[in-house]
Amino acid sequence: MSKAAVDVPMKGGFSFDLCRRNEMLVKKGLQSPSFLKTGTTIVGLIFQDGVILGADTRATEGPIVADKNCEKIHFMAPNIYCCGAGTAADTEAVTDMVSSQLQLHRYHTDRESRVVTALTLLKSHLFSYQGHVSAALVLGGVDVTGPHLHTIYPHGSTDTLPFATMGSGSLAAMSVFESKYREGLTRDEGVKLVTEAICSGIFNDLGSGSNVDVCVITKGQTEYLRNHQLPNPRTYINERGYSFPKKTEVLLTRITPLKQMVEVTEAGDAMEE
Amino acid sequence: MADQGMDLNAPHSMGTTIIGVTYNGGVVLGADSRTSTGMYVANRASDKITQLTDNVYVCRSGSAADSQVVSDYVRYFLHQHTIQLGQPATVKVAANLVRLLSYNNKSMLETGLIVGGWDKYEGGKIYGIPLGGTIIEQPFAIGGSGSSYLYGFFDQAWKEGMTKDEAEQLVVKAVSLAIARDGASGGVVRTVIINSEGVKRNFYQGDALPLWHEELEPQNSLLDVLNSSGPEPMAT
Repeated sequence: MSKAAVDVPMKGGFSFDLCRRNEMLVKKGLQSPSFLKTGTTIVGLIFQDGVILGADTRATEGPIVADKNCEKIHFMAPNIYCCGAGTAADTEAVTDMVSSQLQLHRYHTDRESRVVTALTLLKSHLFSYQGHVSAALVLGGVDVTGPHLHTIYPHGSTDTLPFATMGSGSLAAMSVFESKYREGLTRDEGVKLVTEAICSGIFNDLGSGSNVDVCVITKGQTEYLRNHQLPNPRTYINERGYSFPKKTEVLLTRITPLKQMVEVTEAGDAMEE
Repeated sequence: MADQGMDLNAPHSMGTTIIGVTYNGGVVLGADSRTSTGMYVANRASDKITQLTDNVYVCRSGSAADSQVVSDYVRYFLHQHTIQLGQPATVKVAANLVRLLSYNNKSMLETGLIVGGWDKYEGGKIYGIPLGGTIIEQPFAIGGSGSSYLYGFFDQAWKEGMTKDEAEQLVVKAVSLAIARDGASGGVVRTVIINSEGVKRNFYQGDALPLWHEELEPQNSLLDVLNSSGPEPMAT
């Protein structure tokens, strides 16, 4: 991707010097600390009258499940939502940033945001960071020009598709879409297919798990179905709750003032600055 | 995982076959439709023939992100240029803008492009802009990973003064040959024909392409493959 420009000095833009240093240290055997990642299944499809987005709710930190019910479908505009995979901090930051740019653009133009606007803002940010902002996104929405679905990769490339999957569970989810997607699905059929694709990620991909979030966007209406399906409920919860034994018994209380046991003598000059 | 080429975080690249051919009235551009990340096909129906102006298109290869950014910038510059000029931009201007961006940012970019189009001054023209950012005006140009399989074929099959249909058939045949031999190319064949009359887009489905050496007819079931009269299925 970016070859070191030895002959030409850098002029402006983001400095990748420290990124190169870190790559060198990792090559030398340094273990860099891990970030909170969303080893993820996220999907989207276009149906009869709009777009449906879906996501699982597991966030991981290496092998540890850090959050069992996180939100991966981010708000961009009332008519546009965006699923995020990759480093949680990056997907959160980049969607929040673009979402506020879209809000300002709406104040300025007094018109509904368009999906291509969000797409261009996201891709130009990601491209300028050359893949170091690791956000892989599925962007969907309905605007004045109709329903739109795009995928955006960390390096800033984009695709426009009728159905899309992303994240570590994308292969499992894509196999469901490839065998069952067709044009002109109804709303209920679409939600069912998205749920099935996410479940296939939840059950077959280690990085994905817990619940299914769905977001249905149609012309003039958005439905955010948080925890639309809970395929992994807690199997046993103690009805009485948990109680703990009494705390350690206090047997004796005695306060010993230390000042009386120390002899303070005034001597020498006061300290000067 | 990464060793097996299954790294889904690898930059998106278009192991590609792209072609541009001139004929007696204009140009034909052609491309496959596969975009891959390592060993995974991220998009099997991508469109690598991108519009720059009404009469100029570009075939993209290499890093998907880089080629998209270059063509987005060139489209934006040409839009301004067309307004200032009050008439359509020439193919040469478009190709030189692509060259300028490719050359000035050569250390950052990893993309090879083929610009093709028609204008009233020079007629149909093809320009190749490979990796370093040089510009080559050519009667035909091939690019991407699949092009290695096509040099000999083009030396033999390209003729001066072909008709539109001959040129398009040549492009479809060449892309399907490359798809058959290059693992990084695949999917459908897309073509764009540009001449004085305007632009015509065509696409040829993967199962409708000509069959080459040792290829089998499309089958619905594995049992049909075993019963078919074609060559023996590959044994491993």
